[in-house]
Amino acid sequence: MTESVRTRGSISRRLTLQLAAIAALLALLSWGMIRGFSQQAAEQTQDNILAASVTAIAEELRSEAGQIRLEIPYAAFSMLGAINEERVFYRIVSDGETLTGYDDLPVVQDGEISAGVTFETLTYRGDSVRMAMVGRTLFASERAVPVLVAVAQTRNAVDAISARISRAAALVSVAFFVLAAGLSFWAARVSLRPLTAMAQTVARRGPSDLSPFETTAPHEIAPLLAALNRFMDRLSASLSRSEDFIAEAAHRVRTPLATVRTQAEIALHAVTRDENKEIMRRVIRAVDESSRSAGQLLDHAMVSFRTDNLTRNDVDLVDLVTEVVNGLRPTAEMKDIRILTELSPLRVQGDAILLQNALRNVLDNAIKYSPADSRVTITLRQAGAGAEIRICDQGRGVNGADTATLTERFRRGENVGNVVGSGLGLTIAHEVARAHGGRLDLAPARKGTGTCVTLSLPFS
Amino acid sequence: MRFLLVEDNQELAASIVTRMGLDGHVVDHAAALDAAETCLRCTEYDLILLDVMLPDGDGRDFLSRHRSDRTTPVIVLTARSQVSDRVGMLDLGADDYITKPFDFSELEARIRAVLRRRGGAADNRITLGDVTVDLLAGTLRVATRDVTLRNRELRLLEVFIRNPGQILSKAQLLDRLFSFDAEITENAIEVYVARLRRRLDGGSPRIETVRGMGYRMTVQ
Repeated sequence: MTESVRTRGSISRRLTLQLAAIAALLALLSWGMIRGFSQQAAEQTQDNILAASVTAIAEELRSEAGQIRLEIPYAAFSMLGAINEERVFYRIVSDGETLTGYDDLPVVQDGEISAGVTFETLTYRGDSVRMAMVGRTLFASERAVPVLVAVAQTRNAVDAISARISRAAALVSVAFFVLAAGLSFWAARVSLRPLTAMAQTVARRGPSDLSPFETTAPHEIAPLLAALNRFMDRLSASLSRSEDFIAEAAHRVRTPLATVRTQAEIALHAVTRDENKEIMRRVIRAVDESSRSAGQLLDHAMVSFRTDNLTRNDVDLVDLVTEVVNGLRPTAEMKDIRILTELSPLRVQGDAILLQNALRNVLDNAIKYSPADSRVTITLRQAGAGAEIRICDQGRGVNGADTATLTERFRRGENVGNVVGSGLGLTIAHEVARAHGGRLDLAPARKGTGTCVTLSLPFS
Repeated sequence: MRFLLVEDNQELAASIVTRMGLDGHVVDHAAALDAAETCLRCTEYDLILLDVMLPDGDGRDFLSRHRSDRTTPVIVLTARSQVSDRVGMLDLGADDYITKPFDFSELEARIRAVLRRRGGAADNRITLGDVTVDLLAGTLRVATRDVTLRNRELRLLEVFIRNPGQILSKAQLLDRLFSFDAEITENAIEVYVARLRRRLDGGSPRIETVRGMGYRMTVQ
């Protein structure tokens, strides 16, 4: 049925994509956060060491005999050496003069120094460096002398560490994303499984199975299942109503027709004047015509109904043909028409009732349009990947009319004379053949006059 | 032959009884299933004509009950044209079915076919002079010679042999064959009468032409 339904999108794909997108966002966010934290942590570590170093140097500042003196403690640099092979710069400035260290290390000018440690990131000698500064005020030569201690260290290691952590974080994030995407696909499949199962249950059903679904369903799908069951129920009720209607209509139409026909026939025997007899014959013909039409209309309604819900079973064509022939043999004998059969044992997958109906209509036609003392031959044989039932009569032929025209509803040949018919017989046979994937063909008989109707049915 | 007709439609039943009487058959009519049971207990029938929808039950139930203890052949008269219904009837043991409204000639043809399959009825032979016709088998015995008749010849002969000495007009004979072929003409009657004369050649009954009136069967 999928081919007749316009599909748009897929819940499963949409769900998977949405979950994967969320996972990607979370992965990106976690990567950014890890990267940020690691950078911050690395910088914090460097800052702490720089602060310790600069404080240790500042603690060694002394004023002796009006001079500022300083003995830089070894530990102040050794602790900095703990971080790889960074280059370390320092400068101690007193009263605007460099006491020791790198003259060009740019430090904050006097007056702005603070007793607390301050940090700054700057570029020095082509490298990005982190600098810690601390100020002290000493008494020398009876005045307060501001001294600024600055220690700077390159940031290569910090950058390397944060790059490494960032790479690791990226790897973890990608792995997380792949896993999350896989899980989303699985989750989508699993949560849609009841829906898929339901679709399969519906698809597996035979076309005439209209019983309610007994399967349990998650509560989100339960309303759909309930609606489907209600629909099946209504459909089944309406179908059985229409079947009953067909049977009832047949009964209602045919019983009074039967009475009229019987009384007309009695009257035909009772009247003596030729013109009255002719009138009665016309009445009987008219009744026959209406009853045939009623029969074929009902047959047609039944055929339309069954072809819409085609159920295929294994059908033995020899049995089927024999049964139809036996049913019509007395009718044929009335006109001294001999029915000859030549049947190869063949079976097809199909609806036996429909096939019988089609065959009965074709054979009935053949008998109706055959002259008295003639032959109707039925051949059942294999033709390619199917069975072929050919019914040939020695009747008046179809005068070159094509199959398409003669199988139209209510269409009768142009040379039917006063033979009773409604023109639905071949339509019925044609529709049955088509429903089975086969075809109905009409052709003039090869020898003499007459018509051959061929019903071709594929084996499956 | 003696038939039992089980049919609840009075008008239809009355017409069937009358029409079959014209062909020399005796028909007892039962309007419901219990009446049918009563008839069956009293008389032997050659055949039962059974309607499906009856006021006191379904003809199909009657059929399956009937089949368990009797062998009388049954032809179902049905207004339902569905093949499934017909197949169901045959499965339940009906010998044949015919859809209403039916052609009496077709009904007779079916009755004969059923009786032929079942090995005949009590009186399927009619004798006139040295000619005996078997209406079921369609055979004719003229003196010591056996002849097989075609169906329409047989039906025409039946009219003659049932009404010996009576003048039958072409129109009356046409009535007899009318249902057999809607296109039959009075000229065809002449053809069939000629054929019948050849078939009867050498026997004592003869078909005479009564100028301007029709034909008459006489025995020499």
